[in-house]
Amino acid sequence: MFNIETHIKAGSVQEAISLLMENPNARLIAGGTDVLIKLREGKPAFRHLVDIHGLAELNGIEKLPDNTLVIGSGTTFTQAIESDIIQTHIPILTDAAGSVGGPQIRNVATIGGNICNGVTSADSASPLFSLNALLSLQGPDGTRHLPIADFYKGPGRVDLGPGEILTAIRIRPEDYEQAFGYYYKYAMRNAMDIATIGCAVCLKTSGGTLTDYRLAFGVAGPVPIRCREAEKAVKGHPLTPALLEKIAATVVRDVNPRTSWRASKEFRLNIITELSKRATKKALTRAGEELS
Amino acid sequence: MTDQVLKQITFTINGVKRSLAIDIRKSLAEVLRQDLGLTGLKQGCGVGECGACSIMVDDVLVDSCIFLAVWADNAAIRTVEGEARDGKLSKVQQAYVDEGAVQCGYCTPGFIMATTAFVEQCEGKTVSDDEIRKAHAGNLCRCTGYQHIFNAVEKSMTPDDPMPGQDDHPNQES
Amino acid sequence: MAVGKSVKRIDAVAKVTGRARYTEDFFEPDMLTAKYVRSTIAHGRVTAVNTDKARQIEGVEAVFTYEDVPQTTFATAGHPMALSEVHKDVEDRLLLTRDVRFMGDEIAIVVARNELAASEAAGLVEVEYETYDPLIDPEDILAQDARPIHEGRSNIVGEHNYTFGGDVDQAFDQADHVVEGRFATAMVQHCQLENHIAHAYMDDLDKIVIVSSTQIPHIARRIVGEALGMPLSRIRVIKPFLGGGFGNKQDVVLEPMVAFLTLKLNGRAVQINMTREECMLCTRNRHPFYIDVKTGVMNDGTLVARDMDAISITGAYASHGHAIAAAGGSKQSSLYPKAATRFHARTLYANIPVAGAMRAYGTPQVIYALECATEDAARKIGMDPVEFRLKNVARQGDINLLSNKEILSCGLVECLERGRDFIDWNRKKKDYEQFKTGPIRKGLGVACLSYASGTYPVCVEIAGSRIALNQDGTVHVLVGATEIGQGSDTVVAQMVAQTLSFPYEDVLVVQAQDTDVTPFDTGAYASRQAYVVSNAVFKAANQLRDRILAHAGIMTDEDPKHLDIVNARIVDNRTSEAVMDMKTLAIDSFYHKERGGQLTAEISYKTTTNAPVFGCTFVDVTVDIPLCKITVNQIINVHDSGVIINPVQAAGQVHGGAFMGLGAALSEEFLIDPESGYVYNNNLLDYKFPTFTDVPPLNHDFVETFEPTSGYGNKALGEPPVVSPPPAIRNAVLDATGICINTLPMSPHTLFSAFKSHGFLDGKGGQHV
Repeated sequence: MFNIETHIKAGSVQEAISLLMENPNARLIAGGTDVLIKLREGKPAFRHLVDIHGLAELNGIEKLPDNTLVIGSGTTFTQAIESDIIQTHIPILTDAAGSVGGPQIRNVATIGGNICNGVTSADSASPLFSLNALLSLQGPDGTRHLPIADFYKGPGRVDLGPGEILTAIRIRPEDYEQAFGYYYKYAMRNAMDIATIGCAVCLKTSGGTLTDYRLAFGVAGPVPIRCREAEKAVKGHPLTPALLEKIAATVVRDVNPRTSWRASKEFRLNIITELSKRATKKALTRAGEELS
Repeated sequence: MTDQVLKQITFTINGVKRSLAIDIRKSLAEVLRQDLGLTGLKQGCGVGECGACSIMVDDVLVDSCIFLAVWADNAAIRTVEGEARDGKLSKVQQAYVDEGAVQCGYCTPGFIMATTAFVEQCEGKTVSDDEIRKAHAGNLCRCTGYQHIFNAVEKSMTPDDPMPGQDDHPNQES
Repeated sequence: MAVGKSVKRIDAVAKVTGRARYTEDFFEPDMLTAKYVRSTIAHGRVTAVNTDKARQIEGVEAVFTYEDVPQTTFATAGHPMALSEVHKDVEDRLLLTRDVRFMGDEIAIVVARNELAASEAAGLVEVEYETYDPLIDPEDILAQDARPIHEGRSNIVGEHNYTFGGDVDQAFDQADHVVEGRFATAMVQHCQLENHIAHAYMDDLDKIVIVSSTQIPHIARRIVGEALGMPLSRIRVIKPFLGGGFGNKQDVVLEPMVAFLTLKLNGRAVQINMTREECMLCTRNRHPFYIDVKTGVMNDGTLVARDMDAISITGAYASHGHAIAAAGGSKQSSLYPKAATRFHARTLYANIPVAGAMRAYGTPQVIYALECATEDAARKIGMDPVEFRLKNVARQGDINLLSNKEILSCGLVECLERGRDFIDWNRKKKDYEQFKTGPIRKGLGVACLSYASGTYPVCVEIAGSRIALNQDGTVHVLVGATEIGQGSDTVVAQMVAQTLSFPYEDVLVVQAQDTDVTPFDTGAYASRQAYVVSNAVFKAANQLRDRILAHAGIMTDEDPKHLDIVNARIVDNRTSEAVMDMKTLAIDSFYHKERGGQLTAEISYKTTTNAPVFGCTFVDVTVDIPLCKITVNQIINVHDSGVIINPVQAAGQVHGGAFMGLGAALSEEFLIDPESGYVYNNNLLDYKFPTFTDVPPLNHDFVETFEPTSGYGNKALGEPPVVSPPPAIRNAVLDATGICINTLPMSPHTLFSAFKSHGFLDGKGGQHV
């Protein structure tokens, strides 16, 4: 039994916002795969719940007339995996969603919850960083759109104001059209694990060169990060094996992994450099390119 | 504690409609085991790591230990108790028996539900070995090494066995 | 013929339908729940406990601390009572303790009407400590001035040594080469799916009933009596279906406490249902070992000398203590019986969780070091590792020089040959020559094992069986053998069916164990069950058979020697004609007014032999050096466990053991902070128990020998499969990379350190392969 003191079901996003405003101590619960575990641990911060589990308004994946992709924050990982829109346009998110937990977790855990946890290892975060995703945050004063990179404030801390709810994730056409991506999760197990390092690559090529390159990591710092130096270093680089070496050589300057009981900094650095190469290679393969 | 600790919910459980007042603090696993006496599902971790409490809610496989019971309102729930009907095991259950996929049996109810969900989803499709493994990765088993479970899943997906219950097994799986 | 057939498990339908009831599925009305207050430090002494706040929580019925429990120390190991002092278990445990010996030690306990209140109240018990430095590293534990972890006792729980096969030093002097290695294994956990759980109530003023998930109901009964100072006959232990044990429940963990609580609470039912986190931290796990091995070898491939020096860490309490190292060390004498061998081991206390029995009981650690060292010796003289083993391993007729017993059945040579063929050793050895450089490498590995069928002559090996003919012509069987998921009830039914010549379906085994009802047997451990029970069952079934035939003789006025049972019918063995069916005979024996009676047979039998078993693992691996990952492409375990009673169930044991071996080889370990003794990963997310996606297809084969000391030719099988995969994988990684990785698990972190120290990786992200 969970030590829940108040549990209020919200019938809509508006109602959820009002409930959060009325109960400043309350937290949102959606899929519950994180909140209920924290409650079981006895964390008092989660004893007052505003429940948005299964709220239809937050669920769904669509492509707008201007080709912007919109993913409802209440979309489960399984829904993301099964979505034709995601498979067709941003399969990097299919990779990431498929790497989360196991089937039961993917069936209920939501992408929005994964982001709002603020943890660096969130599998959906680094791919969304590499896609320049925008987050739609709805609050008592309306909706704002924030680049995902600005959302993360620190470990477990995200830019959500009082009463604010992440309602959707938006991917603009310029960020995914003609772009190819790959998410490489490195963990100790092939399922039911958290990433030791998560590596997301999104790239565009033209005429034998790399025209756009976005590299993001989870667990390479306190929050998910983009690797701006490495990106800058290889934009316009010809598609030769030297490209991978250049990425690997530069990426170490972008990252700041730490030693924890789960892995040492040295170990993580080793995996980061290797994954930067392997994920890039996989993304190039998806782009139909070969290094020569 | 809230004064609204009890909430009336209605759902179908293995095809039978039930309405009952539940403690909103309970997981669905607790309501099924304690309030309805459906003790088939097991609790091995309480945090969605082992899958022993797997059931289906509206045909979706979930870990009932981290699924609030209030979320079951208006849902159709399936547990292992509903799978055998009229004294006959379901095809999945029969495959587990035939393939020797049962040892201590503690993970078995959860696995039966995981396989049932998978088989129903994949009806008419061909699936790879990797897909079978991935679809069962949320269920831990410490006895079998998963090999006979794998065989049982494969058997659950094949058209009906013309020679059920034969005893000789090839001794090398691949 | 039921033996040798893959009959369906006797309990399979109950389990796939969810109808099999485990301990948690039994509710007592108004049952209370109890929650331990656990220490938050690893080493120290409690200076004050304040339970006031806890008692004020609504629903709390009682709080007990170390001051409230009996002050007689008791031993928890699930061993039969030892009549000799030498084999007596260490009595170092109280129900609750003031002296803290590991993080998680049990200081107090809260009993409440529900779990939430119990947990909340347990969190409100205030404890003050005097703290001492945790002793975790063997060097610190053995230091002259180290504080005794148990006052008045040495930090060395036990020590022993033995030699066999001649003068060891002389053999080393004469050896062409001496190879040395140091090996370390991790603390790993059983992770049986069902956590420890038990409840107790009184059904009388002086009688306690305990329902528990235990592998050792009869032993638990005795130890509860010892812990509470109560006569054994006033305690009844019931074991329902059990969700796995692997040795973790071959120890009394919760039974004395629930019995104590019901006694204190006027006979009300009290349950302790451990969380997974508690179960991982505060029950038992596998002893980590540090082993130095020296091997003497001749140029022609003869293994001539071996010296092993082992340190085993038992953690905060002795539990099975030094028995683990002693048992583990004793298995090599039947594997390589000809080399002059010395074994020395010490078992130490430490301020880390408690180690106890776990599948194969010390042998995985010792054989791991032994088989890695054997590989190194073969490589030293440039001999093929399979050929080297074929030259040196035991054969039927060899004498085990430690026990001075002849090895009566041994198929190890054939096991090696079959494994070699299966893995396609000779071809792949050549093919993989091109994968010995670069980032991705491939290799092959082999390792052997030997094990025993029970614990004799260290412990008594006693088994009981009662068989009764039912009115409908079927039989019910009661055995003390404890079904814990391994399938012993099914195997017993097969044995009875075989000897009585009944259809398997007509033999019903009473599933639950109840110490008031079932015959005495010490329980499920040491892979003893099928071997030790076989003789009791064989004799009981024969006895019943004789009684059935005697009654048939009375009914038909025939000499019973002319009668036989064939497929549950009485047959005239001169004409092969059926005389009557079993139901007719049974009805007559029950209801005829003057003759017969219920036909039963009961045997309690002590086995005074211990058949060695053998096996080997072959693996084919790929090592990804930059990612520090090992992929097992192919694995097979080949076993000689005598006659295989039920091939599918036996395969299940082999797969399960190989799987547990894979986990121990590649990913599983308790991560313990070396300073504080804190365990970081006592949950199923952070403890890397392999999932379905982490295990390759598992293959197995059996070389069936016939063991003459067993009722049905069978020998042990439950534990052995876990033993040989880790050294086989280590040897394959050596084959692939040229690097000896002598620490388990060979996790990415271990590999990273090894590759870094060999210059393959520079630790800054660079690679030189």
